[in-house]
Amino acid sequence: MESAIEVKDLAKNYGEITAVDHISFEVRKGEIFGFLGPNGAGKTTTIRILTGVIRPDSGTATIMGYNVLKEPLKAKQIISVVPEMANAYIDLTAWQNLMLIGELYGVPKKERQETARHLLKEFGLYERRNHLVRGFSKGMKQKLILCMALMTEPQVLFLDEPTSGLDVESARLIRDTIRRYNEDGTTVFLSTHNMQEANKLCDRIAIINYGKIATVDSPENLRMESSSLKSVEVSFNKPVLANELSKILNVTETKKIGDKIRLYTNKPHNVINSLMDYTRSKSLMIVSLNTLAPTLEDVFIKLTKEHGKD
Amino acid sequence: MVEQQFLEQLKRAFAIAKKDLRIYYKRGPVVIFGLIMPLFLFLAFSIGRSMPMEQLFTGLLGMTIFFSSMSIGPAIVPFEARSGTLERLVSTPVSIWAIFIGDVTASFIYGLLISTVPVTIGLFLGVNITHFLILCSGIILAAFCFASFGILLSAYPPTDVPSTVMMISNLVKFPLIFISGVFIPIHGWGRIIASISPLTYFIDLVNYCIQGTSYYSVILDFAALTGFTLLFLIAAVKIHEKTLPERLH
Repeated sequence: MESAIEVKDLAKNYGEITAVDHISFEVRKGEIFGFLGPNGAGKTTTIRILTGVIRPDSGTATIMGYNVLKEPLKAKQIISVVPEMANAYIDLTAWQNLMLIGELYGVPKKERQETARHLLKEFGLYERRNHLVRGFSKGMKQKLILCMALMTEPQVLFLDEPTSGLDVESARLIRDTIRRYNEDGTTVFLSTHNMQEANKLCDRIAIINYGKIATVDSPENLRMESSSLKSVEVSFNKPVLANELSKILNVTETKKIGDKIRLYTNKPHNVINSLMDYTRSKSLMIVSLNTLAPTLEDVFIKLTKEHGKD
Repeated sequence: MVEQQFLEQLKRAFAIAKKDLRIYYKRGPVVIFGLIMPLFLFLAFSIGRSMPMEQLFTGLLGMTIFFSSMSIGPAIVPFEARSGTLERLVSTPVSIWAIFIGDVTASFIYGLLISTVPVTIGLFLGVNITHFLILCSGIILAAFCFASFGILLSAYPPTDVPSTVMMISNLVKFPLIFISGVFIPIHGWGRIIASISPLTYFIDLVNYCIQGTSYYSVILDFAALTGFTLLFLIAAVKIHEKTLPERLH
């Protein structure tokens, strides 16, 4: 499969702070690529480099074959951005904002008017099209920003925390839109710290921390490969100390979660057998017993912690 | 191909100018420094002094066009850096030079529109403009020159605080008003200092169009204004290009 985005050895420092530390990855055409990381990990800096807002200190980045440093206008012509902070012009109306974006991308007048009308109706903003954006709620502003990004039918769509702080309905609308445009062929680069969002939307995920990429893989593979994060969750008819269960062979960590105890292990089968022996020796009864695959959140925390130690 | 790309970028620059005019003409700093300030300065210079109408007109026109053409420009970049819209513009397929040409164009159009007020007042009060076409050409060139100067003044330091830029631009604008002979004719060694101000050449041109006398030749006035315009425009684009990463940091 061809690459939509290719990043090689990209680095960016702000004074003594390393924001992006020689990262390399590629995003395939037509996929939704998640960029997952804690605050300050380098997600926004990477997006700002890829969208031509700032220049890297070293490395290269191409979008659909266009080098973002050598052919910035060609690269920018085929991408759109939904930035983290809503940045529509608040002293212009929703309609004027869309027309401006259309003009900046060279969209013919009739076409930009039709597209704007269609998008505003789709996102429920048509009735407010002649109102200044100043009076819009956060959700409305974010929908407008997405409309602005979709004015040009981009080949690659960059979204930086697009659902952050939004109500459930607006967030769902934005996620559905991302999915729909992706099905129509748009490559999506999604930066988020919402694990569920990344899990539901993304074909592949890159986990970034301290400016370095910890791993790139599909959400399912990431979960499966982190075998040490498998766990057995058990509850008994009488209270049991979690510390006591940590002595069981092959258990790496125990956690008390409500009336249950979670035992992390890479050998769940052995641990279940040991638990049976334990209950018999202590005259206990098991109320519930489940084996759990690691969540994306578990993987994320593990990988970002490991990277932090490097 | 290159020509077509250039024209396409110019079209996008005009879209930016249209946006600037819609947003900034009613902003506080623009109204204060573009309209109220020249009016107050005019009153301060003229009240209680028996000046001929022609001299008053020259002063009023010179100051209005100087202040109004420079009022939108310095405000745009810091305002947009603060609101995040500058980042939006930079991520679109518009060259950096086209963004700033757009800003200059907005200031130029604003200055040109406001300059019609003193011209109308002058005509209404019976000021005899003997070289009307030269005056119009001079106004157009001067408005573009001062608009470029305004954008240049916002280039450094790369701040997102509009009042900082306004303070710096006033520090530059007021001395230029005093050395350019707007209300008080400059003689002797003062002419050497006056020659470093672009406003001097516009005032000289207006004097020629109304009173028929000027210190420099008309061609020199036009040449100086054109030279200043190119200098300000190129310097503005170059310095903004250099300071933009810091502004977007």
